[in-house]
Amino acid sequence: MENTNFGDKNIVPSSFMQTFLIAKYTSIDYLRSRKFLILLIIAVLIGILLTTIVGYFRPSSFLSSPLSFYSSWWGMSVTFIIILSAVFFGGDAISGEFQNKTGYFTVGNPIRRSSIYIGKFLAAVLFSLMILLVFTAITVGNAAYYFNSSSVPYQFIESLLLSVLYIVSAMGLVFFFSSMFKSSTISIIVAVILLLFVFSLLQTLVGTLAHVQPWFILTYGAQSISNVLSNPYPPAVVSLPLSARASFSISSYYVRLGEGVLIMFFYFIVTTVAGLFLFEKKEFN
Amino acid sequence: MQKYSIEALNLNKRYGQFNALSDINLKIEGNKCVGFLGPNGAGKTTTLKIFTDMIKPSSGQAFINGIDVNHEKKKALKSVGALIETPEIYPSLTEREALSMIGQIKGIPKEKLTENIIKVADRVKMKEWLDKKVGKMSKGMKQRINIAAALLGDPDVILLDEPTSGLDPRGMSEVRDIIKELKKENHLIFMSSHILSEVSEICDEVAMINHGKLLAYGSISDVVTKFQSKNKNIVSISFASPLTKLQTDKIKKIKGVIRVEIIDRLNLNITVDSNPKKQSEILSSLVKLKLGLTAFKPSSGLEDAYLSVFKEVA
Repeated sequence: MENTNFGDKNIVPSSFMQTFLIAKYTSIDYLRSRKFLILLIIAVLIGILLTTIVGYFRPSSFLSSPLSFYSSWWGMSVTFIIILSAVFFGGDAISGEFQNKTGYFTVGNPIRRSSIYIGKFLAAVLFSLMILLVFTAITVGNAAYYFNSSSVPYQFIESLLLSVLYIVSAMGLVFFFSSMFKSSTISIIVAVILLLFVFSLLQTLVGTLAHVQPWFILTYGAQSISNVLSNPYPPAVVSLPLSARASFSISSYYVRLGEGVLIMFFYFIVTTVAGLFLFEKKEFN
Repeated sequence: MQKYSIEALNLNKRYGQFNALSDINLKIEGNKCVGFLGPNGAGKTTTLKIFTDMIKPSSGQAFINGIDVNHEKKKALKSVGALIETPEIYPSLTEREALSMIGQIKGIPKEKLTENIIKVADRVKMKEWLDKKVGKMSKGMKQRINIAAALLGDPDVILLDEPTSGLDPRGMSEVRDIIKELKKENHLIFMSSHILSEVSEICDEVAMINHGKLLAYGSISDVVTKFQSKNKNIVSISFASPLTKLQTDKIKKIKGVIRVEIIDRLNLNITVDSNPKKQSEILSSLVKLKLGLTAFKPSSGLEDAYLSVFKEVA
């Protein structure tokens, strides 16, 4: 491990250790910040809303089996919570260093910019996982109540792991935009528009109308989170004619589990490398 | 090859067609305070940012203790304390946590860190605020913490970019005292400033920059001797009541007064002979006029040299 001892009074810690230092102090900042509290409230409110709806209306799509419960409950809401977490914690993580001038406090010290970037990334992922954990607890608690069992189907564990991967990849993408812009508002807006609207629109255009598998879209990969909760797993593609007489058809693509993992992993690697490169090159002026 | 504490070698920084820095060559060594003077946009902050790897030079190199900052940042900045512009600190952190973060980044041993934090906080008169959140503090208080952060770990080289910016007059005076004390403790302080009186009070040497070009570097006395207007000095004079045109004309006629510049009806700048005896005679003449003279303040030699250097360039 690289320990930078230059024969003087202080021994500058390795970049690895400095990464954890940044993660530690960013975490303290997040823990006391309003954004963590707001996100926690949103996650709990979504949980309460679903609990109330299911408890009052008792929909059969939720209560026919434990797997269908998780599919309906988790599949419809978790990706939204993940996107919100990524945007809340990652949206201004790097752009804020420029706009709020917090970077001026740290960058002029014996620390690599990559340690700052990765440290902040780790803290953002950690706090997103905490939000996910709260929502998972509400979900499992409800399932245990309706099915009198604390055991969860293995498909839900798979879905949970895919959700963790989605957090990492979505955070990578949001950090990339945060590195690209010096304005926090712009980086947050671009990330929100892309993750909530543009990707969905592209997926519809490319998949449904152009009949091309949208393997290059992150949200398509993230659909594996809900797909694994379907029994049986949906077919790769379903094409339906628009009407009995029309020659035009629409297609629905369902990402395979392996493909979903690869797409999310690919996004994480590419966006993190690109984001780091941008942050290394960006000037504090 | 001799290792200088700070060395700029053909340092250039371009933004498109604009040359922010042009072939800066500067070598500083020893324990002293060097003032870095220049008007707004001259290139002072750009130079300091290159020395802290906040920006990259277009060409040339910046060395600290013989180590290239842009290639071996961690090694080069190991013994540097820097305050560039007015940094913000994560608002949810307390002063102690913020200083602890920087101290740990610098590698101050855990057993010394607590003591070191108290020492620097005490030095900037922020000891009582150690456990208060930074977000609730004023701009001046934050700037004191930034100075404290720069002093953590007893750095050999201290880079300060307008350190008194944002401070009230008392704070400015305290920071000047801190810098004077640091000079006695084996530090090289390289400090940019707009305030000439501050530089002449604190610094031993001065570097002057304008339009990205280094125009002068040397001891204050050398620079003053070289650039001060020959046999002339500017004196600021103030009066208790507004002057009439007739009264101003009387001042113009005093023997030894070369030029009168009207700042407003209460304040004038007069260019006079730099000979102290002649200045004394001018002062006596002004008193005899009974115009309600309240101040007679000859400019420091540095101010005169500064104006002379930048007039030559303009």
